[in-house]
Amino acid sequence: MAKWIDVCSVDDLQPDSGVCALFEGEQVAIFWMPEADVKVYAVGNYDPFGKANVLSRGIIGDIGGQPVVSSPLYKQHYNLQTGVCLEDESVKIPVYAIRIENGSVQLDLSSLSHHQEPAL
Amino acid sequence: MSEKQTLVVIGNGMVGQHFLANLVDSPLKEQYEIITFCEEPRAAYDRVHLSSFFTGTTAQELSLVEDGFFERHGITLHLGDKAASIDRTAKTVTSAKGVSIAYDKLVLATGSYPFVPPVPGHDRPQCLVYRTIEDLEAMAAAAKTGKVGTVVGGGLLGLEAAKALMDLGLKTHVVEFAPRLMAVQLDDAGGEMLRRKIENLGVTVHTGKNTSIITDGEHCVNKMCFADGEELETDIVLFSAGIRPRDELARTCGLEVGQRGGIVIDNQCRTSDPSIYAIGECALWNGMIYGLVAPGYTMARTVVADLKGGYANFTGADMSTKLKLMGVDVASIGDAHAKTQGAMVYSYQNGDSEVYKRLVVSEDKKFLLGAVLVGDASGYGTLLQYCLNYIELPENPDALILPHRSDESVGLGPDALSASAQICSCFDVTKGAICSAIENGCMTMGELKAETKAATGCGGCSALLKSVLDSELSKQGFAVNTDICEHFAYTRQDLFNLVRVEEIKTFADLLHTHGKGLGCEICKPAVGNILASQWNEHILETDHLGLQDTNDTYLANMQKDGTYSVVPRITGGEISPDMLIALGQVGKKYKLYTKITGGQRVDLFGARVDQLPHIWKELIDAGFESGHAYGKSLRTVKSCVGSTWCRYGVDDSVGLAIELENRYKGLRSPHKIKFAVSGCTRECAEAQSKDVGIIATENGWNLYVCGNGGMKPRHADLFATGLDKPTLIKTIDRFLSFYVRTADRLQRTSVWMENMEGGLDYLKSVIVDDKLGLCEQLEQQMQYVIDTYQCEWKTAIEDEAKLKRFRHFINSDQPDDNIVFVEERGQIRPADSDERKHFKLMEIA
Repeated sequence: MAKWIDVCSVDDLQPDSGVCALFEGEQVAIFWMPEADVKVYAVGNYDPFGKANVLSRGIIGDIGGQPVVSSPLYKQHYNLQTGVCLEDESVKIPVYAIRIENGSVQLDLSSLSHHQEPAL
Repeated sequence: MSEKQTLVVIGNGMVGQHFLANLVDSPLKEQYEIITFCEEPRAAYDRVHLSSFFTGTTAQELSLVEDGFFERHGITLHLGDKAASIDRTAKTVTSAKGVSIAYDKLVLATGSYPFVPPVPGHDRPQCLVYRTIEDLEAMAAAAKTGKVGTVVGGGLLGLEAAKALMDLGLKTHVVEFAPRLMAVQLDDAGGEMLRRKIENLGVTVHTGKNTSIITDGEHCVNKMCFADGEELETDIVLFSAGIRPRDELARTCGLEVGQRGGIVIDNQCRTSDPSIYAIGECALWNGMIYGLVAPGYTMARTVVADLKGGYANFTGADMSTKLKLMGVDVASIGDAHAKTQGAMVYSYQNGDSEVYKRLVVSEDKKFLLGAVLVGDASGYGTLLQYCLNYIELPENPDALILPHRSDESVGLGPDALSASAQICSCFDVTKGAICSAIENGCMTMGELKAETKAATGCGGCSALLKSVLDSELSKQGFAVNTDICEHFAYTRQDLFNLVRVEEIKTFADLLHTHGKGLGCEICKPAVGNILASQWNEHILETDHLGLQDTNDTYLANMQKDGTYSVVPRITGGEISPDMLIALGQVGKKYKLYTKITGGQRVDLFGARVDQLPHIWKELIDAGFESGHAYGKSLRTVKSCVGSTWCRYGVDDSVGLAIELENRYKGLRSPHKIKFAVSGCTRECAEAQSKDVGIIATENGWNLYVCGNGGMKPRHADLFATGLDKPTLIKTIDRFLSFYVRTADRLQRTSVWMENMEGGLDYLKSVIVDDKLGLCEQLEQQMQYVIDTYQCEWKTAIEDEAKLKRFRHFINSDQPDDNIVFVEERGQIRPADSDERKHFKLMEIA
């Protein structure tokens, strides 16, 4: 069962860019693409290659049709839907279910404990 | 197995080394025990580029011997030991240090020595020659106390030597016996044009002068008295009046030598003793001594082929040359003096741009016999191909030297050359050899040079090599994809033009009209950068924010642990004690690690995102502004202290550096840009390793461009000399605007130049001669950027909306608990992973 929790307002998001939210002790990178089909993504903020909490500061876009964030440290790409690293498929970052409801950005608490399952 | 024979090579100069390199590349390596004598204290080095020693090239960099070459190939090198005698009956060589070696084959590569005319006083103090690194060191020592230097000899080497004297900061004279400069290679008109150009650079040229005695000077160490009664005071006298073959060893052991010197050789480079060969400048072939390196190399390869038992002939060599003397292009091809029966001459002279060109063609106007080029040698490659490969000339041969006023190209495309056409004359590489290297997988100039050695000698053929490469690659179907990424089927230059011409102001508009998809970390920052260069809006405006790399987004430089470093601008490296104290106080308050940068400023490390606005508020209140260390933009203008304080300073380098840094700060460009200004030719600011380097001279500012330090150092090219400040600034405005418009993303000026078709000459034609009619636009574009400058940090801290992202969590004021520092040498540094574990354990405990 999904349990949606408010983390911030949509006004706190930056268009075509990312912010980091603290969610139940986890650092979550939230990306907002107001003009795209899927408008909002949430993944772990920790970069497993750079070993630092920086992914929310990466540039977002698409590579071969997959929505991605590129690490600001060493430029690896992570699929925003699956968390899989495009350069090394054995590496995966957590993905979280996210939605915007009535101007509020919500994360699904249940996606936290069983994280790592693709949200596809 | 039979015992190895012994092969001894006397002399390890350029030709001796080329012989060894070819020898060990062949099966002969197994047949011979190889021993070589080198009388100099160092093994073979590049004498062709000797004058670069005074502009920063080290003896190590001039070396032509790969590390471990002798050891790897089992060659015994007797360094600093001169072969003193040859006993042809016993077949032994004995050295000055007493080493005696029995040889089966002997190769003499003893080279030449500089001819010093037997003028009374030629052996006075500071009368020097120009041949070895030791000679250069003696020149540098003499230049420390001297002010005036004079070269005796206005030939090719003499003018090289004059450049060296200029680089040493001396008032330079050239004295030539003949009525013109470079008498061997140039005709009267060409020599005159060269003289004008060189005199414009501040060198005084005296032709038709016969030195009768050198004696005590009144103001200088020496005084030269000429036969016509004139006198010249000079500290240094540098003899460069030709070379003489080193044939003394050959003489004393009874080998045949020429009447005027030189060891007589046949077409296989054998001397009168069949066991002994001679190659290079010591050898006399058909009454000729070849004073260029390429014929010497050909002789070396001939001997290797002969030793293999193959059929090889040395049948003379082409003496065509192209070189840059003090920044002046000079080239001479074939029969430059039109001595061939019935030869016809075309010439073109432009007194305004100081260009002279002369073609010598056969009686029937079908073939090119020779050419002279002064001031613009861009046609050299094409003309040389016409001449060497007997390619039929176009109907009107003068089209080859007349300036093109339309787009019509008269250059010789690579397809017009046959497979046997020689592309690189230094290493005798044919077009066929280049094509097969490309077929075998060489796809870049670098690979091609490494594989074939083409363009690694004098480099004169590199433009032609590149055109062969491009042509072959496109024939093989490798359409080189120059699209910036999958979202835009355009190059950066195309995108720049679209933004400019269609007045596009946002990435969204550009993507919508000319791209597809969402964009990526390649095209977004590139377009963000183009928009900033063209329209100069604040990079944190909502439309632009998502385009920026993280450094730009936070106006600071991200470090490995996700913290940032802060670099305020310190123009020209000049900072008052009060400002330095203010900087120290900020560093202390926020417990930042501080370090002095290579660009003469201070870097403050370890700032968290949420601290950045607070830090900058304090810095701005203290009078600092953003240093743009995070941007692809102008970084610093480094300077030496200049004439204000320095005993040697010629002009105010700090003042100019501050003015330039303030002018160009904030300019967004394809990559970072570094400047430096030196107050004299001692060059303490290292300006020749910068994108833009300026050096003060007695005659004005000298401008160097497209240098680089870093991963792939490149010595900057001398772009213009003796400029006053307004002209200097105008030239830099144009240069930077053109770079911003035409370079690829993340392409420094050095690589931009390396890849520019037509190279330095083309760039000069655009920036100085305004060939494209662009200069007014380029200046306007720069003026716009200058007029719209803002300190990005000042604007940011005054705008709540822009500050919103300067916190780690959008929904909490907690800091990132992953950032952990430990102390080292009294300052913080990021904890490593072991220390981090320890720290966490301690926290829990």
